[in-house]
Amino acid sequence: MAFPHRPDAPELPDFSMLKRLARDQLIYLLEQLPGKKDLFIEADLMSPLDRIANVSILKQHEVDKLYKVENKPALSSSEQLCFLVRPRIKNMRYIASLVNADKLAGRTRKYKVIFSPQKFYACEMVLEEEGIYGDVSCDEWAFSLLPLDVDLLSMELPEFFRDYFLEGDQCWINTVVQALHLLSTLYGPFPNCYGIGRCAKMAYELWRNLEEEEDGETKGRRPEIGHIFLLDRDVDFVTALCSQVVYEGLVDDTFRIKCGKCHGPLLGTSHMAGLVFNEIRNEHFSNVFGFLSQKARNLQAQYDRRRGMDIKQMKNFVSQELKGLKQEHRLLSLHIGACESIMKKKTKQDFQELIKTEHALLEGFNIRESTSYIEEHIDRQVSPIESLRLMCLLSITENGDARCSLDTHYGPEHLLTFSNLRRAGLLTEQAPGDTLTAVESKVSKLVTDKAAGKITDAFSSLAKRSNFRAISKKLNLIPRVDGEYDLKVPRDMAYVFSGAYVPLSCRIIEQVLERRSWQGLDEVVRLLNCSDFAFTDMTKEDKASSESLRLILVVFLGGCTFSEISALRFLGREKGYRFIFLTTAVTNSARLMEAMSEVKA
Amino acid sequence: MDCYTANWNPLGDSAFYRKYELYSMDWDLKEELRDCLVAAAPYGGPIALLRNPWRKEKAASVRPVLDIYSASGIPLASLLWKSGPVVSLGWSAEEELLCVQEDGAVLVYGLHGDFRRHFSMGNEVLQNRVLDARIFHTEFGSGVAILTGAHRFTLSANVGDLKLRRMPEVPGLQSAPSCWTALCQDRVAHILLAVGPDLYLLDHAACSAVTPPGLAPGVSSFLQMAVSFTYRHLALFTDTGYIWMGTASLKEKLCEFNCNIRAPPKQMVWCSRPRSKERAVVVAWERRLMVVGDASESIQFVLDEDSYLVPELDGVRIFSRSTHEFLHEVPAASEEIFKIASMAPGALLLEAQKEYEKESQKADEYLREIQELGQLTQAVQQCIEAAGHEHQPDMQKSLLRAASFGKCFLDRFPPDSFVHMCQDLRVLNAVRDYHIGIPLTYSQYKQLTIQVLLDRLVLRRLYPLAIQICEYLRLPEVQGVSRILAHWACYKVQQKDVSDEDVARAINQKLGDTPGVSYSDIAARAYGCGRTELAIKLLEYEPRSGEQVPLLLKMKRSKLALSKAIESGDTDLVFTVLLHLKNELNRGDFFMTLRNQPMALSLYRQFCKHQELETLKDLYNQDDNHQELGSFHIRASYAAEERIEGRVAALQTAADAFYKAKNEFAAKATEDQMRLLRLQRRLEDELGGQFLDLSLHDTVTTLILGGHNKRAEQLARDFRIPDKRLWWLKLTALADLEDWEELEKFSKSKKSPIGYLPFVEICMKQHNKYEAKKYASRVGPEQKVKALLLVGDVAQAADVAIEHRNEAELSLVLSHCTGATDGATADKIQRARAQAQKK
Repeated sequence: MAFPHRPDAPELPDFSMLKRLARDQLIYLLEQLPGKKDLFIEADLMSPLDRIANVSILKQHEVDKLYKVENKPALSSSEQLCFLVRPRIKNMRYIASLVNADKLAGRTRKYKVIFSPQKFYACEMVLEEEGIYGDVSCDEWAFSLLPLDVDLLSMELPEFFRDYFLEGDQCWINTVVQALHLLSTLYGPFPNCYGIGRCAKMAYELWRNLEEEEDGETKGRRPEIGHIFLLDRDVDFVTALCSQVVYEGLVDDTFRIKCGKCHGPLLGTSHMAGLVFNEIRNEHFSNVFGFLSQKARNLQAQYDRRRGMDIKQMKNFVSQELKGLKQEHRLLSLHIGACESIMKKKTKQDFQELIKTEHALLEGFNIRESTSYIEEHIDRQVSPIESLRLMCLLSITENGDARCSLDTHYGPEHLLTFSNLRRAGLLTEQAPGDTLTAVESKVSKLVTDKAAGKITDAFSSLAKRSNFRAISKKLNLIPRVDGEYDLKVPRDMAYVFSGAYVPLSCRIIEQVLERRSWQGLDEVVRLLNCSDFAFTDMTKEDKASSESLRLILVVFLGGCTFSEISALRFLGREKGYRFIFLTTAVTNSARLMEAMSEVKA
Repeated sequence: MDCYTANWNPLGDSAFYRKYELYSMDWDLKEELRDCLVAAAPYGGPIALLRNPWRKEKAASVRPVLDIYSASGIPLASLLWKSGPVVSLGWSAEEELLCVQEDGAVLVYGLHGDFRRHFSMGNEVLQNRVLDARIFHTEFGSGVAILTGAHRFTLSANVGDLKLRRMPEVPGLQSAPSCWTALCQDRVAHILLAVGPDLYLLDHAACSAVTPPGLAPGVSSFLQMAVSFTYRHLALFTDTGYIWMGTASLKEKLCEFNCNIRAPPKQMVWCSRPRSKERAVVVAWERRLMVVGDASESIQFVLDEDSYLVPELDGVRIFSRSTHEFLHEVPAASEEIFKIASMAPGALLLEAQKEYEKESQKADEYLREIQELGQLTQAVQQCIEAAGHEHQPDMQKSLLRAASFGKCFLDRFPPDSFVHMCQDLRVLNAVRDYHIGIPLTYSQYKQLTIQVLLDRLVLRRLYPLAIQICEYLRLPEVQGVSRILAHWACYKVQQKDVSDEDVARAINQKLGDTPGVSYSDIAARAYGCGRTELAIKLLEYEPRSGEQVPLLLKMKRSKLALSKAIESGDTDLVFTVLLHLKNELNRGDFFMTLRNQPMALSLYRQFCKHQELETLKDLYNQDDNHQELGSFHIRASYAAEERIEGRVAALQTAADAFYKAKNEFAAKATEDQMRLLRLQRRLEDELGGQFLDLSLHDTVTTLILGGHNKRAEQLARDFRIPDKRLWWLKLTALADLEDWEELEKFSKSKKSPIGYLPFVEICMKQHNKYEAKKYASRVGPEQKVKALLLVGDVAQAADVAIEHRNEAELSLVLSHCTGATDGATADKIQRARAQAQKK
């Protein structure tokens, strides 16, 4: 059932090197503080850290006790404290409170702060303001690429989305640049580069500058990865807002996969990997149960072979096969459990109707019905996040024509959430047409000027409007289906949304790769409001092997969903490409909404 | 070849010394060398002369002149000495001229007479005046040693990193020592001094008396001492005309010589060659020059003129008014080849090549002879090596030709040594040229390295030659051409008579985008010369915006720095500039600057959100950003304020702001929130329980759950909760309470705006089929089937669907039919379908 790759599909580069690099660097940093020490780890870093260096490795390098960085006084009695944190001001304040408490108590210890993936000047300044800059030593753990899968690298920076797309804070772009630089030093230069989005363009240009400065390192290396495609999340919010129906995406929506591990109530904590999972992850959910039961039957058949075995055969069976079977058995029951749990939640009327509504929104028919569905959703006050998501979907697909009333009866903080959604362009209100065109013409006059960037910034909240319908038509995102869409034998990338919709982001990537440029896509780019931010860059010298030219690195700035990954994996199989995904974090609709929410602290 | 060895002088049996002319000097000296303070830098460096020194008690009104010449006598600088009396001159390793004044101040000048800096050797020196001073070279740099009028020594081992050390007192020292020198051993500088027949060694802790082993008796005073270039050897000249030569540690004697001249020599220096076993000292008197070593005879030269000796790594330079000569031990390779009647392979090869040029068959004979001995490789190597030590290009060429000729008969002779020697000689001949005047020998050049040589050319502003050398040797651009161009540019910006535009353009034309050139460094230099405008122009060429920022800040162009930092995309850099601006500007201007830079503004806002909330508010105020101000106060209403009054006040401010922002919707919502807060407070007071901070929806629900139906309805009316929502709310709440009676009453209160299907759903959720059925009957025809299916009445659902003749409903019912129990129903539907199709 899992689709095999075409025989000529290129081999993926070995990304385990990234893990080794990160581990070695961390060990080096820990050794900088010789002797026993307690390690304080920021919650967000725990899962990634676990995939790089487990507790026993930490213990080997004299880490005594592990603590979580939280707003509580530390109970550590160690003479040396080491903090492993993201460069955030609140972490600095936490450390400062600890150090200052020690000072008051007349206690002197050694403190070391390891920032991952980099140190920010603002953090150092806070340390200085708090009067402890001289008491702590600072280091950087340049760990920015976590291989979650053979083809998936995550920067594990979910905050990228809010920081950049809402707050306009560019601090993480440099981290992306460094990550790209690391990849190009390890795996050779990228001969063909494409991208769309303001952030993509900026990151790309900064990275190019860096490469030029450190000329020679990558020069002359044969490229292993032939193409790189950078894409801003705000180019395609729609795909990320949809409910996922591919197995891995659905598991993520239901239980949340964190750092490649799933923390579901039924599943316990389990690794999202292994044979069984690899076969079903990219499948439409409707196929999964059938597959699992087939699998179970096969397993049973293999167990059944025991009957009629003689002693010798039995011995052989027990020593060689049983372990594998048991392992498979365990995984199988795990996924069946997950399926059951998902079924319980998702196959109900509600879910079917929800999906139906979403598809109607995507296709742009029965708007009235969809709107009343959403209104009812709000009236029932089921889940604020879910209601927000539907409202955003409605608003974007209908180009700001959100006919349902926005209501704040969820509480005052949601007033702020609304304003956030609007600022990020997830919610577009119907604005009088002439205002918009006035702004647009004003901007276009200044496009040649450098100042234009600033003005577009200032007006971005106004000028941002979604042209989803037109884009959808241009790119043929809604496949014409004659009869039933056979989800068992997918025809196109739309299978990840039950055949109803081809993910916009993936379609853009497909089109650009086909043309090797943006040629002929001008109208689409204009409709995406990205006229200034779509770029192609090819190096003239053609040293790339045909194999490497079929390896494509896709960089999602602001996160990507499992559905998009599955869709592109499908595209890869069809065309003989292999895609490698680099994302700031794996995301889904709920994470997107939560990132925009203002919550009471 | 007899004539070639004519200037070779044997010393003992094993060594020859030769003296040849480097340059004939036409430096047009007005005074005799003896009347000047002289300093000549090693490695063919420049010569400094300070005429009219103070010791000649001339009229004090005449100011002396400091002249600097190249080793070939070309004047480099000439300046009138305006400072105090100078005791000693010396060159540092960086070719800076150190002038030690009587008062202990050391003035540092560049090669072109440009004043660099000055430093003092301390108070003690200032008080007791300087009696004598020496500049010496150590592995750390250049040091200064001073003998004060109080007969104490002060020294600094490295003038680059000035640390003064006062040496211990020499017991019983009443007068100045007869001679002294600075020694450098085990990376520590010492002073060796002679007082009468005694020698003392001063280190930083103690003064110890030392005696050279094997010193001839009868010495009552030492007149001169000399330390070798590498500090390994020491020579002592006594008043008996006896010369002792040994190791500088005074542990071993190498040899001795008695010259029978009792007059104190003017100068005595070592003349040895690295890795040679021969040791020799050159002693100079007024008209006589003597080379003495481990031999009974010495070599003697007559000096026609006043001369000055400069010790070098592998020999001694001797210059006078008219000539500049080099005296050294003939290197082994040259000796082998040129020694009279030498049969060394190199000598034969040279001979063979000459015969070959004459087209004589002797060439073959010689070659055979070498080959028979299997020494051809050695012969070629000898010729190459000897070529390196020759000063005359003609001789270099014939040796190289011989080597090249010999190479032809060798199968695998690695070409590197030959190629490198050709290249090195070409460079050496170029810098030895009269116009350049750096008479380096091959050994000195190798010791100095090409990098330092290039630096020295740059120091002499010989940029084109330096670039040609780089290109010729194909040095990497960053180390070579770029570096030199950058130096050139730094020199160029100091030309004050050229306009900013012209300088900037000239620099950009020459440098272009040469990799490794840092425009910001050049700009920093321009700024250092007080040319801010030029610096800014130059910074425009700097491709890395990150590099531009620090200098712009230094030049107080903070706003420009801010835009450059933003261009660089480095948020840390932006932040640095922001903090700088914040301190530099007043608050209003600072905010105005931010306003024009949205990226910086967002960054600063992010920071303020965590660290300086008040500033954030001011920022919004400044911008008249009422929308954000409103949001700010809303956040404050639940995050910062504790008391209900404070919270309401915050909300009121927020509402006002929203009105100003023309955001009626938000303003109304905020006012609703204020009312709700007040009301919740009242509810808590009157009813008890927890109401504060609940949403409106939850408040109403809580009221219903608490049985306060009247209140709930009042609230719903007050806040105009839409009917539909209220019905959903009440329905859910009552079902949660399992108050079926009240629910039924409610359902009958008026026609449900949400229909009755939700009633069925909610009852089923509470597993109350009985109640659900009640409502199922009231569900409108459109949703009837769904309702019936919900309560599990498949049969009736089928009937309704058949009645409706609705295909979708039929299949929905069919999908609910399970196996055995609903078999009949399923059949019924199939029949109905079939019938429908018939019609």
